[in-house]
Amino acid sequence: MSDPPRWQHKDLLGIATLEAAEIELILDTAESFLEVAIRPVKKVPTLRGKSVINLFFEPSTRTRSSFELAEKRLSADSLNISASTSALVKGESLVDTARNLQAMAPDLIIIRHQHPGVPHMLAGRVDAGVINAGDGAHEHPTQALLDALTIRRHKGRIAGLRIAIVGDIEHSRVVRSDLHLLNKLGAEVTLAGPHSMMPAAAEALGARISYGLDEALEGVDVVMMLRTQIERHDRALVPSARDYFRIFGLTAARLARAADDVIVMHPGPMNRGVEIASEVADGAASVILEQVANGVAVRMAVLYLLTAAGGGS
Amino acid sequence: MARVIRRMAGQLVERERDPTSLLLLGIRTRGLPLAERIADEIARMEATRPAIGVLDITLYRDDLSTIGPQPVVRGSELPGPIEGRLVVLCDDVLYTGRTVRAALDELRDYGRPRAVRLAVLIDRGHRELPIQADIVGKTIATARDELVEVAFTGTDGHDHVRVLAPRKPR
Repeated sequence: MSDPPRWQHKDLLGIATLEAAEIELILDTAESFLEVAIRPVKKVPTLRGKSVINLFFEPSTRTRSSFELAEKRLSADSLNISASTSALVKGESLVDTARNLQAMAPDLIIIRHQHPGVPHMLAGRVDAGVINAGDGAHEHPTQALLDALTIRRHKGRIAGLRIAIVGDIEHSRVVRSDLHLLNKLGAEVTLAGPHSMMPAAAEALGARISYGLDEALEGVDVVMMLRTQIERHDRALVPSARDYFRIFGLTAARLARAADDVIVMHPGPMNRGVEIASEVADGAASVILEQVANGVAVRMAVLYLLTAAGGGS
Repeated sequence: MARVIRRMAGQLVERERDPTSLLLLGIRTRGLPLAERIADEIARMEATRPAIGVLDITLYRDDLSTIGPQPVVRGSELPGPIEGRLVVLCDDVLYTGRTVRAALDELRDYGRPRAVRLAVLIDRGHRELPIQADIVGKTIATARDELVEVAFTGTDGHDHVRVLAPRKPR
């Protein structure tokens, strides 16, 4: 009997540095944690006495609440620090913030920051395990893991699947992490979006590139829609939301080009009538709400695996 | 071993009388094949086969922060509510009693069974908690540093119980 893989890292900063076997270990562990959500008592004592700091420099509702719920279901004590209330707005440097956090001796720190690499900088300065909950347009590893768990639960595998990721490829951290993960596990990925939302060196990302939605959807097993943030950009990447929907909005008619058992995913929050039609978002192929449920289980798995190898104890 | 398990099943039926209320919960990993074998024997004696489930006590261990990389979690699977049932925890070896303590804690999160019993194939002594089995296949004397290895036909290809000498430090 071969030894099961073991988790050896202090932090989870991205998918890029993980081995396929480590990704599978997280997904298998998450699979076991799904069951906790249907128990009469939705709590296990595993992280009793461990402290977790949720440090969010960018507004986030779903990722932060998903982490918070995961922490509570594992019996950890958690503390939320968000940008609007932190000393950072008073001019404290990141290094000083890191030193102060270290002084509180937490076991884990969950961090989201608008600049890429900040979680890595923090990880090098604290003993606690650090989990990247999104750094700029760089990585968002737990989102990619929950996407993978959702796909695996529906398709039984990831290797060999045809997957289209559609929308604002250039500004999405979800794409970076998803792409690393899906490539490592052997899926065939197509990135689709308008020219103005495609990075200059898109081919270097290791995926097929498509500038037309119909072409990208042909025969795919999974469609992953991205949130279109028309309001975020100073310059207009598309003329209007209505134009975007006409060209890149996912409708039932367009989805008919995909495989019969296609699943449709979205990291949320959705813009109905911009990137996705309500008939698809609420349709039989949609697994968007399962992604939310799977997100809590994936975060429980990551918290569990990191508390031994990393922080505090 | 077949004879020992048959005797354990007989004792269980004699004690609890109504086999329909029994819920045999095997503690991962080798508690599950034991629970299945006991259920098979009960099915042979009575008209009914008791329900079976499996408990993974990993999340309830008291040594998680001291044992290095986290052990693999495989999850618990219960066939239904345990409220009012007669739960029989099954495990291959009873040693320190800490596994059983963790299993009792986990059960409490699933509900309130009518009663909980403990059935083990081997009692090897060296308890660290005040826990005793209700039904014991065989009691054997061991040294603390010895290993007791149990194999079942269903999962390992054959039945055996072996006491192994301590692993020599390399």
